[in-house]
Amino acid sequence: MSDQLVVEDLSAGYNDMPVLHDVAFRVPKGAVTAIVGANGAGKTTLLATVAGLIKPSRGRVTFDGRDITGARADALPGLGLALVPEGGRLFPFMTVQENLQLGAYAPNARPHLAARMREVMDAFPILLERRDQHAGKLSGGERQMCAIARALMCRPALLLLDEPSVGLSPLMAERVLEIVTRLAREEGLTVVIVEQRVTEVLEIADEAHILDHGRIARSGTAAQFLADRSIQETYMGL
Amino acid sequence: MAEFLNIVAIGLLLGGIYSLVSVGLNLIFGVIRIVNFAQGEFVMLGMYGAFAAQVAMGMDPYIAPVVVAPALFALGCVVYWILLRPLQGEPMMQVFATFGLLMVLENVVLALTRGVSLSVNSAAAQISMSLGPVQMPLARILVLVAATVVAGALGWWLRVTLPGKAIRAVAQDRKAARLMGINVERMYMVSFGVGAALAGLAGCLLAPLYSMSPQIGMNFIMPAFAVVVLGGLGSVAGAYVGGFIVGLTEALAGFYLDPALKHAVLFLVFIAVLIIRPAGLFGVAGAEEVGLREQS
Repeated sequence: MSDQLVVEDLSAGYNDMPVLHDVAFRVPKGAVTAIVGANGAGKTTLLATVAGLIKPSRGRVTFDGRDITGARADALPGLGLALVPEGGRLFPFMTVQENLQLGAYAPNARPHLAARMREVMDAFPILLERRDQHAGKLSGGERQMCAIARALMCRPALLLLDEPSVGLSPLMAERVLEIVTRLAREEGLTVVIVEQRVTEVLEIADEAHILDHGRIARSGTAAQFLADRSIQETYMGL
Repeated sequence: MAEFLNIVAIGLLLGGIYSLVSVGLNLIFGVIRIVNFAQGEFVMLGMYGAFAAQVAMGMDPYIAPVVVAPALFALGCVVYWILLRPLQGEPMMQVFATFGLLMVLENVVLALTRGVSLSVNSAAAQISMSLGPVQMPLARILVLVAATVVAGALGWWLRVTLPGKAIRAVAQDRKAARLMGINVERMYMVSFGVGAALAGLAGCLLAPLYSMSPQIGMNFIMPAFAVVVLGGLGSVAGAYVGGFIVGLTEALAGFYLDPALKHAVLFLVFIAVLIIRPAGLFGVAGAEEVGLREQS
């Protein structure tokens, strides 16, 4: 399987505070890759750097064979890379439909907006019911589904998900992870997911990387991590 | 009764002027969150632009927006890119920069005109219309119509078109907007340019009504600030309605109390609204963090 995303020796942070140190990992096409680690390990910073929100101080990010290191965040949806940030960050005073329309803002996605909207509404029927409602009035689970659906509007090849189940009930969190699994297995979407519900995410992931104090501490298959009690105790607090 | 109706008409027509000037100011604040002190100077440039268009091309001031508004749009874009963009992340510095721009524009025009008052003529400006006992100059009715059309068109554009939605998205959450593929800096530039173009349009339409001087922008900017705070910072509808509140308050207080007290009364109403409803009449509580106000 070829790699969709290659991260090499990536270092990044905020102003003078380095957070990531020489992070390196590969994401195979069509796989679900989990990034796990304690709070403050740098998981969100890693996704934000890959998605162009933070400029790396060194290292290289390659997406589909193209060097995107330091690329502007607004250029990446057009290339097929979408990030669902923590909390979804929907536009609260815009309707669900308007949020979804903006997901297809990239010039190459606009011609397919109507068709994609139908597909996304079919995949998330609750959004069809809520389409004229302001996003700020959605429930936590609906908001997360809308955020994922919005990211899918640009037909991404790679979806980055930052804590998609945060703040959700266990049942709703399970539903969201089911959706992620379906997207990867049925639509061939490559997914990188950062998640605090470690066991649940390892159950749906193919590969996993443990981030510890801004460095990749361990990499392997999700099945290996699930089977290795010592890894869980050392790095995941399980 | 006729007297009262005439005063109300004067207030509404004055409100049309304030609305027209305030809509652009409020767009800029709502999207970029900059209080643009130089907005009155953009109006002043629009007036001088109408004068220049008349002298150079014999153009009627009501036709002049065809050339003046695009010129102000371009100027607004350049001002944003050169002056304000480098100061992103330092909102106070941006406000001071617009104050500096106010002084620069005012003094450059002063130097060019040597302080001589200028005026433009239009046949339409000589016409007065009557509606029952109410007398209304056509020039002011045109401003009122323009304010209504501009507010309606801008509201429609923001609500219906994809670029308009992108501007609202930027106003609500610029980081999320970037993740949608929206070039935030370009949207800021366009918003500032549109705000300046609207001021230019206002300047052209006001040119037949006022004798021009480099300081004339100050006549509009203070009421405009009252309008945007009353209406709700960032709300197009608020700027439109707020203009009429300010115009009516000025007219009624000026006639029934004392002309010298009209601004005192206006700013008392302004303070009262701030105390009772800090988000403004059309603002949404808590929307300060999301910029452009939307109605539920």
